[in-house]
Amino acid sequence: MGSRASTLLREEEIEEIKKETGFSHSQITRLYSRFTSLDKGENGTLSREDFQRIPELAINPLGDRIINAFFPEGEDQVNFRGFMRTLAHFRPIEDNEKNKNPTASEPLNSRSNKLLFAFRLYDLDRDDKISRDELLQVLRMMVGVNISDEQLGSIADRTIQEADTNGDSCISFQEFIKVLEKVDVEQKMSIRFLH
Amino acid sequence: MELFFNPFDNLLCILLGISFTVWFTLLLVFIIVPAIFGVSFGIRRLYMKTLLKIFEWATLRIERGAKEKNHHLYKPYSNAIIAREPTSLEEEIKEIRRSGSNKDLDSASEFEMSDIFYFARRGVESIMDDEVTKRFSAEELESWNLLTRSNNNFTYISLRLTVLWGLGLLIRYGFLLPLRYEPSDLTETACCCICFHYRMKNFLSEKVHLMCYRICVRALTAIITYHDSENKPKNGGICVANHTSPIDVIILASDGCYAMVGQIHGGLMGVIQRSMVKACPHVWFERSEVKDRHLVAKRLSDHVQDKSKLPILIFPEGTCINNTSVMMFKKGSFEIGATVYPVAIKYDPRFGDAFWNSSKFGMVSYLLRMMSSWAIVCSVWYLPPMSREEGEDAVQFANRVKAAIARQGGLVDLLWDGGLKREKVKDTFKEEQQKLYSKMLVGTQEDRSRS
Repeated sequence: MGSRASTLLREEEIEEIKKETGFSHSQITRLYSRFTSLDKGENGTLSREDFQRIPELAINPLGDRIINAFFPEGEDQVNFRGFMRTLAHFRPIEDNEKNKNPTASEPLNSRSNKLLFAFRLYDLDRDDKISRDELLQVLRMMVGVNISDEQLGSIADRTIQEADTNGDSCISFQEFIKVLEKVDVEQKMSIRFLH
Repeated sequence: MELFFNPFDNLLCILLGISFTVWFTLLLVFIIVPAIFGVSFGIRRLYMKTLLKIFEWATLRIERGAKEKNHHLYKPYSNAIIAREPTSLEEEIKEIRRSGSNKDLDSASEFEMSDIFYFARRGVESIMDDEVTKRFSAEELESWNLLTRSNNNFTYISLRLTVLWGLGLLIRYGFLLPLRYEPSDLTETACCCICFHYRMKNFLSEKVHLMCYRICVRALTAIITYHDSENKPKNGGICVANHTSPIDVIILASDGCYAMVGQIHGGLMGVIQRSMVKACPHVWFERSEVKDRHLVAKRLSDHVQDKSKLPILIFPEGTCINNTSVMMFKKGSFEIGATVYPVAIKYDPRFGDAFWNSSKFGMVSYLLRMMSSWAIVCSVWYLPPMSREEGEDAVQFANRVKAAIARQGGLVDLLWDGGLKREKVKDTFKEEQQKLYSKMLVGTQEDRSRS
């Protein structure tokens, strides 16, 4: 059968995802269609290979780190809920959300959560700290073979020196936030939908 | 007992006889005779118009049904889902850095932790929507054409619509399909016999070929509009076209004679290929020869230089694409140095999607789907001939031809390789990105050491 989008996603599920991620109804069905077109095995989950099949992602120097962000610790498959939860980080922040009830749980696309997504791209072993080694590895991914080890090492050292305030030669999430406090995270880490 | 069945038997025989005669006459009058003489009755255009009206009505019903239930309709958008700015790596990273610091750009540091935002966003954008993977599956339609295969709003179909769909199913599988199967069967056997047994003079064999292809075309209920026939490919040239399905060959060959290029297959295809060679020279390769690019190029250029030989038909994309875009042209056929006659083929997806998704459907199920669609409607544009200019290499020439075809057919012009359907992308593209980024980091250091 050719029908993909609406039949396999129930209305209740769409409502739940809407509440959790803040995407609109049409955005969710659109992304579900995208999810099923990536799911070549047709088993309702995506594996790492499914992501790597996207050429534009495969040529992204940090492609593997981004793919990793979708998979929780130790898992090899991501279902649609998990897929949407990760994509929700890139939803633009709307004005009315800024005045929301402060006791409600933080939305997935808040400034803090966007920064957390970026932080986790650096933090390879998920220990909530970016060590010199981890920074070097990520830098190496971004520059390929074009910069020598010494130069890269000095870049890493300088970056940690500037960011590290408590002297443990690692960058914690709080230190990360402080370094990037002036950057326009809301705009640079958001993807605008056309509909 | 006997007496009881006899009159019934007779009646059955008479009925069968009548229906068979009617069938055959219909076949002869509407398909074979016009094909031989190349005329048309205009019935198919009427058919098209009626179908379109029915599809519009069907879509309106679905929309109304959805509104009544207060649900949202799944609307396919052939354009992008997300807004993507075409800014370069350098521009974007500079912008991110500028927003993050009050420092002067000259004394800006080589690396900022915020650089990662660029890669993260680009990566997630490509996960949400990318230009390449959607070209390898059938195009989504805005209105429903009563085929289950193209329907995404299955839950909103009313009773009336279901009845119509059922009727459509009956017509397509019970009437159109057998009607189409007969002549195509006939043609295949006829083609084989004629070509195989008789070594005909070129003129006669051309006529036979055209006739056979025209029968095939009518068999598929293909409604083709040819534009600019004055630019039709001439002998000694190469005809290039965008590739959507094996039917492309039938469509082009029913309007002119071409020499085909391809691999020799086994089985029935192989027999047909070998018999075609006897009638007029095609360029078939053994599987082992295909790997040898020089051999291929030599045979092609030999063929082209002989002005009495038919123009070669080549599909430089190398694989079937879903007719919304044109992907990278392989440069082999553009290196030979002959005149290139570009042809743009655009199918109208509302009547039946002609794209062959070879990873999903085999040849037989594909042909079945084709024969049970409403019709195959397409436009063929013959573009003016092009040759390689001074100082232009094969790749640039190929891109120029590709751009012309894309422009004429209203297709998106992509630089990506159609081979990505099956293979992984080459690492060189990633290395290019890495090189660009490294220049940003290291470049500033060089400037600093200079000042």
